[in-house]
Amino acid sequence: MAVASPPVRRRIDRLERIWAERPGVLGWLTTVDHKRIGLLYFWTTLVFFAAGGAEALAMRTQLSQPEEKAIGPATYDQLMTMHGVTMIFFFIIPMTTGAFGNYLVPLMIGARDMAFPRVNALSYWIFLGSGIFIYSSFLIHSAPDAGWFDYVPLALKRYDGGLNIDFYALGLIFNAVSSTVASVNMIVTIFRLRAPGMSWNRMPLFCFAMLAASLSLLLALPALVLDCVFLELQRKVGFHFFDVAHGGSPLLWQHLFWFFGHPEVYIIVLPAFGIATSIIPTFARRKMVAFPLVAMAELLVAFIGFGVWAHHMFATGISSSVLVLFGAASMMVVIPSTIQVYAWLVTVNLGTPIFRAPLLFIGGFITFFVLGGLSGIMFAAIPLDQATTDTYFVVAHFHFIIFGAAVFPLLGGIYYWFPKVTGRMYDERLAIASFWVTFVGTALTFFPMHIVGLLGMTRRVYTYQHGLGWGIYNLLETIGGYILAAGLLMIAGNIAWSMRRGIPSGRDPFNGGTLEWATSSPPPHYNFAVIPTVRSAYPNWDEEDRENDLLRLEDDELVLSTGHETPLSTVNDAALDRVAEMPPESPWPIVVAFAVSIAFALVLTTHYVAAAAFFAAAVAAVGAWNLNEPEEA
Amino acid sequence: MTPLSRHGRLLPALGLVVLLAGCGGNENTLDPHSRAEGKITQIFWVVFGFSAFGFGVVVFLLFLGWWRRSKETLPFGGGEKAATGLVVGAGVALPIVLLVALFVYADLFAMKATGAPPRGSAQLTIDVTGHQFWWEVRYEGTSAVTANEIHVPTNTRVAIVTHTADVIHSFWIPELNRKMDMIPGQSNRVLIDATKPGVYAGHCAEFCGLQHAHMVVLVFAQPRAAFDRWLARESKPVSGSPPPEFTTKGCADCHQVRGTQAKGHVGPDLTHFASRTTLGAARLTNTRTNVAEWLRDPQGVKPGNKMPDLGLSNADVQTLTSYLESLR
Repeated sequence: MAVASPPVRRRIDRLERIWAERPGVLGWLTTVDHKRIGLLYFWTTLVFFAAGGAEALAMRTQLSQPEEKAIGPATYDQLMTMHGVTMIFFFIIPMTTGAFGNYLVPLMIGARDMAFPRVNALSYWIFLGSGIFIYSSFLIHSAPDAGWFDYVPLALKRYDGGLNIDFYALGLIFNAVSSTVASVNMIVTIFRLRAPGMSWNRMPLFCFAMLAASLSLLLALPALVLDCVFLELQRKVGFHFFDVAHGGSPLLWQHLFWFFGHPEVYIIVLPAFGIATSIIPTFARRKMVAFPLVAMAELLVAFIGFGVWAHHMFATGISSSVLVLFGAASMMVVIPSTIQVYAWLVTVNLGTPIFRAPLLFIGGFITFFVLGGLSGIMFAAIPLDQATTDTYFVVAHFHFIIFGAAVFPLLGGIYYWFPKVTGRMYDERLAIASFWVTFVGTALTFFPMHIVGLLGMTRRVYTYQHGLGWGIYNLLETIGGYILAAGLLMIAGNIAWSMRRGIPSGRDPFNGGTLEWATSSPPPHYNFAVIPTVRSAYPNWDEEDRENDLLRLEDDELVLSTGHETPLSTVNDAALDRVAEMPPESPWPIVVAFAVSIAFALVLTTHYVAAAAFFAAAVAAVGAWNLNEPEEA
Repeated sequence: MTPLSRHGRLLPALGLVVLLAGCGGNENTLDPHSRAEGKITQIFWVVFGFSAFGFGVVVFLLFLGWWRRSKETLPFGGGEKAATGLVVGAGVALPIVLLVALFVYADLFAMKATGAPPRGSAQLTIDVTGHQFWWEVRYEGTSAVTANEIHVPTNTRVAIVTHTADVIHSFWIPELNRKMDMIPGQSNRVLIDATKPGVYAGHCAEFCGLQHAHMVVLVFAQPRAAFDRWLARESKPVSGSPPPEFTTKGCADCHQVRGTQAKGHVGPDLTHFASRTTLGAARLTNTRTNVAEWLRDPQGVKPGNKMPDLGLSNADVQTLTSYLESLR
């Protein structure tokens, strides 16, 4: 934005004033700005990622050779459980939907914030509370220890009498509150806050992916919450949901868990697909091939993902007609993935790609995703699943999906949007080096697991015997794990250095096609001085429209500089509907989250009356939050 | 120290096999010794073949994208339309054909080989019950009870009926068949039909607690005559009574020795303990030294197992070891 005329400058000053938040730490505690909340999520989930990574390295050290005694079985089981719980519930989901989704979706759809800014803050503080809650279990050496899948009866009081499993069940219920409100917020934001003109066929594929992931999360979480509620009722109050002697069933736990647990996989990888479909067009310097097919594929993955859960239970002895049904569904879910893989590959081939670090990470992602996808097909072949399930072959498969396919795009995405968030460039040479180290580390850590799994090594073992021929592969995996950690540290180093010393990047260093690149880096609190016009799926490549934005700023058209406002549009065509007043910053979300955290801790320690009092306090705080709504128009 | 010895077996040489060959113990999923496992192995190699090809195509296309990075067309010259066609052809049509074929082959036909053996179709039925952290083995129609070591005749349809006494375990002999979970309130059936004599090992495949890692089962497949001799001996009670320490030190509270007053049902049946090659679910080989070590410090050898430290004196240990080693 070159030289602004005085009226334009006045409007921008007014926007600055209206959207400014308190300075300092207090501002971060009461913020409702989706970008600040996104950053809070980002740094918090990075801490959890480091914790989950440290747990993994500790386990790999213990498994580096047969009968190693570095870590005993009790500690190992806690590390194993918390590694899974952390990476899924406290790293990937909050990182993708919380950090990336929160920061980017409003920018990509040309909105000034999420639909419910205070709910957004609430989801972060609840998430933080649940993370502290579940990690505090380590302080009393009672971390969850029955695996992230927490099968009963092992997780029942009779076999696991400490607080370990209560931390798990309550922690996940607590965490689900955060994910649920965040999903609703994301869905409503995408439905109603798109800039005028951004009809479905013009919405960025990243937003389609976030929409699909949020819908899945919203529909899958109740099953997990119900399961955990049943478990706590059985453990704490003496119900018999999973107790055969009283007509219950241990398989009930598994059905409910995997009804959540398999959609969960797609919840994890869908945002990664979205990141890939953001990075590829930018660096291939052309729009995505087969755009509508890819958008449909993203939604279809989420849908079919609900029909495949029993393939986690092929060895439980369920009837063969059920097996066949779920085998068929598990094969169907391959199709939307192959559509996307070929769309990415063909786009790269059709364009004139520049292989900078973000695109390299996407190359790594495609490689690992296809590897993990192909081994995934093996689990849809029922007899093969029945042989390989619960071995390291599965561990290899899902780490290529969850680490290779979900985390690689995140790492690429961190580099890609780093200039947008910080206004500075990362170091390209270090970034490319970090890619190769991470790539080699990932392959070396997880590939030998296929072999050792086929050689009979079962999952969730804290050690293994001499003479089985497993030692060499495990040693390679451990070495790979440390290389991988080194690669991740290089990325962290690059971020830390470039945040302070990186050269200024300007608004749009990569010539990206989506709207986040249309505003300055870092974006102002109000995101866009004027709500942008959208006439294609890559609005930032429509130069005429962007010049038009400047004219509209002059004409005071959709600048909305009189209040704390963002436009609402209709669900399908994104026609301008009306202008919505957005709530300002508020201390209530953190107060509610604090009260809920205390309440959960009191339920854990069976102080039910006091817990009820704190839940009541939380409800009262929600009331106060609403009283405090802004009155000016 | 451990009994699971390595004996290299050669596999057909191809791709991944190069890595697998010669490194296997006796738990190699791809080294089948039964018809069912043969089918599983066959599916693996079929899917592996197609997968290797598919993976090659993807990596090739990625490489091509880099190689032709300055060219704005596909290698065969097509534009946007051809590109969409390629996505539909390679991303929808081709996978549908391949997946339907795989579904019919694996999930409709091959699945019969790993299905539960129908009642009455087996020549021998063995009940295997998972415990934290060992396997109880009973031969239907006989009084034979043993632990952790299952003897079966070769070329015989043996139905293994799986149960659990506590949490979920999973019974799996990688070279003989699929795995089968052991779930409370449920008895599942899986077929074992070894084609060749040998010792086939397997680890518990469902996480079951602290010593999940040391819950190993061994299957001894032997010719019919040898098996019949083994079963006949295993069915008999022992003669003679145990030393007083066996009762006073608590052994009899948990263990049974058929033909004596020891009738405990918590731990493994010890009637023919000395005929077994291992102890503690194959934690140790069954030697005098190892038995003594186990008796002296069961929690040190296998932390978290259900046998408490009995506080035995050296003399107690020697007496009990001698007795156990006499139970042939």
